[in-house]
Amino acid sequence: MNDMTTPNLSGSQPLATPFVSVKDLRVRFVSREATVRAVNGVTFDLARGEVLCVIGESGSGKSVMMRSLLRLHPKKRTVIEGSMQVGEHDIGTVSDRVLSKLRGSTISMIFQEPMTALDPLYTIGDQIAETVRRHEGLGREAAWARALELLELVRVPSPERRLKAYPHELSGGLRQRAMIAVALSCRPSLLLADEPTTALDASVQIQVLVLLRRLQREMDMSMIFVTHDLGVAAQIADKVAVMYAGRIIEYGSVGDVLNRPQHPYTQAMLASTVKDQERVVPLEAIAGSPPDLRALPEGCSFLPRCAYAEPECAVAMPSETVDASRHMARCYRVGLEGKRLAFNGSALPPGGRATPAPMAAERAEMLGRSA
Amino acid sequence: MWLYALRRIILTIPILFGVTVICFALVQIAPGDPIQNLLSPTASQADAERLRAAYGLDKPLPVQYVIWLGKVLVGDMGMSIANNTPVTGEVLRAFTNTIVIAMIAVVIAFILSTIFGVAAAYRSGGLVDKAITAVAVFGISVPTFWLGVILVIIFAVNLSWLPATGMGAGGSKGFDYLSWSDFRFAVMPIIALALPPLGIMTRTTRSSLSEILNQDFVQTLRAKGLSEFEVMVHAVRNIMPAAVAMLGLQLGYLIGGSVLVETVFTWPGTGYLLNKAILTRDIPLLQGTILVLATAFVLINLVVDLAQSLIDPRIKRS
Repeated sequence: MNDMTTPNLSGSQPLATPFVSVKDLRVRFVSREATVRAVNGVTFDLARGEVLCVIGESGSGKSVMMRSLLRLHPKKRTVIEGSMQVGEHDIGTVSDRVLSKLRGSTISMIFQEPMTALDPLYTIGDQIAETVRRHEGLGREAAWARALELLELVRVPSPERRLKAYPHELSGGLRQRAMIAVALSCRPSLLLADEPTTALDASVQIQVLVLLRRLQREMDMSMIFVTHDLGVAAQIADKVAVMYAGRIIEYGSVGDVLNRPQHPYTQAMLASTVKDQERVVPLEAIAGSPPDLRALPEGCSFLPRCAYAEPECAVAMPSETVDASRHMARCYRVGLEGKRLAFNGSALPPGGRATPAPMAAERAEMLGRSA
Repeated sequence: MWLYALRRIILTIPILFGVTVICFALVQIAPGDPIQNLLSPTASQADAERLRAAYGLDKPLPVQYVIWLGKVLVGDMGMSIANNTPVTGEVLRAFTNTIVIAMIAVVIAFILSTIFGVAAAYRSGGLVDKAITAVAVFGISVPTFWLGVILVIIFAVNLSWLPATGMGAGGSKGFDYLSWSDFRFAVMPIIALALPPLGIMTRTTRSSLSEILNQDFVQTLRAKGLSEFEVMVHAVRNIMPAAVAMLGLQLGYLIGGSVLVETVFTWPGTGYLLNKAILTRDIPLLQGTILVLATAFVLINLVVDLAQSLIDPRIKRS
């Protein structure tokens, strides 16, 4: 085979060079009324073939960060700073022409809403073939043949018929599969998936997730997967980044972050998921709401909602604490204990809940009222 | 597709039937007696009755309607009372004059408005956008008869580039739209007709385009690596159902509402004919003209519906 004789390019690179390298990425949207600081210094690396899950609640900047990797924001109103290296390209500085060549071929994206993410007036086949023809210069026939292969690849039943179907003629799950086929049509090296399963039924969600994971492994793609579903993250991720107010506040391997969460926000988020607890035990919710991105406070952005807040938290955003396994958290209470991160919750009020007592009381009252 | 088209065509038959009822009834409701207009003041009551019987106006209305409808179905719309000529020929000639310039005007307006709308939406908020908006607002606000007079003053009186009125020496018969010596008579009426639809359609194109450009799938198209031009092609195709509907509406408006422009330019179209028929209480001519106009309106809507279903696959379902 050809692959055996030609030098393996990815192998010839030193292992330390990651495929995706984002450094101190900052994104703000400027309008006459206000400046929204959506992403405030995001740094991460991703190796070839790895899956990074970005977790965070709405408004944490996870989708904005993803869209920056394709420069999909309106040019006029967006300021992007920092560097985004993907392969040999710095996405922040490449020309528009190079960018449009990278989009859909080297880097492609799957969106959250399969209902609205496809053009309603073009058939599924046309929309897949369009991408292939654009990037690989194939003829009409060849592009359609490729579209058929792709629909088979994403396991769409009776693909010949579906090629000629319009988006409104397909179910949500099939539409998302078609969307994935569009995204994979030119064998991308980096796949950006922006909550691709959120809008789907639970049973369809699992199917799409398993499909994505399988294809990602088969095609050796790097993938950045945005979700707010911790269960999804546990299924698919190699690395997990937790975002809050436009910053990564905890990062590490999926086992480290989900089994040994260090940051109070990650802890609280894990506590608020449904596990095996008794039905009578009320679910923990994180009280309060995310900060206003138009006017971020000086200190730690999680401070107003944090059960462990101290005066020093209001002064400046904590810097990164990283352990030997590259588990990182940004919190004054996280320190190194030997080779691992350790959370110091000793100054806790008795009871040791992840939320301040008054808020817990308020929540209990609310639950009581609604019951 | 063919099933939808067939169903849509069959559905227009009852509409057209309703159109004939209304055309017939409206004219009957209107006050005035055409027979009295024809007779000299000295004519006797018996003369009037005889004339009434000759035109079939002595029979009960439903009978008159059935007789009229029967004739209309074979293309005979009776004789004009004022001229004593067949209505069908006169109306069709006038209608041809009207529909040809109306279609030219609306197609020009459609093409220009698409270009302007795309430019304005693409440079939304910029200088181009503002200039185009100004032109559009001018087109919408200016009364066509005033514009017609101004055009005549500039191009006919001051510059002597174009003839002021009429269809030239040959008149309506033998008028050749393909030869410049004839067509130049049509230029100013077309401009006067085209400006209001141009304004309205530019505005709607611009607003529906900026709506489409904010939709999710546009981001998908960009993420696929399409150029801005290719993205715009997708967006323009998406506004076409609405744009074609607007085109049909404007064409209908032009053929029905061309009275003012045709009067200013003494263009012998249906507006002109309608005016004449009303003034002389020429009932067969009036009925015939209204019927042809209303039928044209219904057929334009049919064509618009079929065109929309060709562009937007979702329409066939409903």
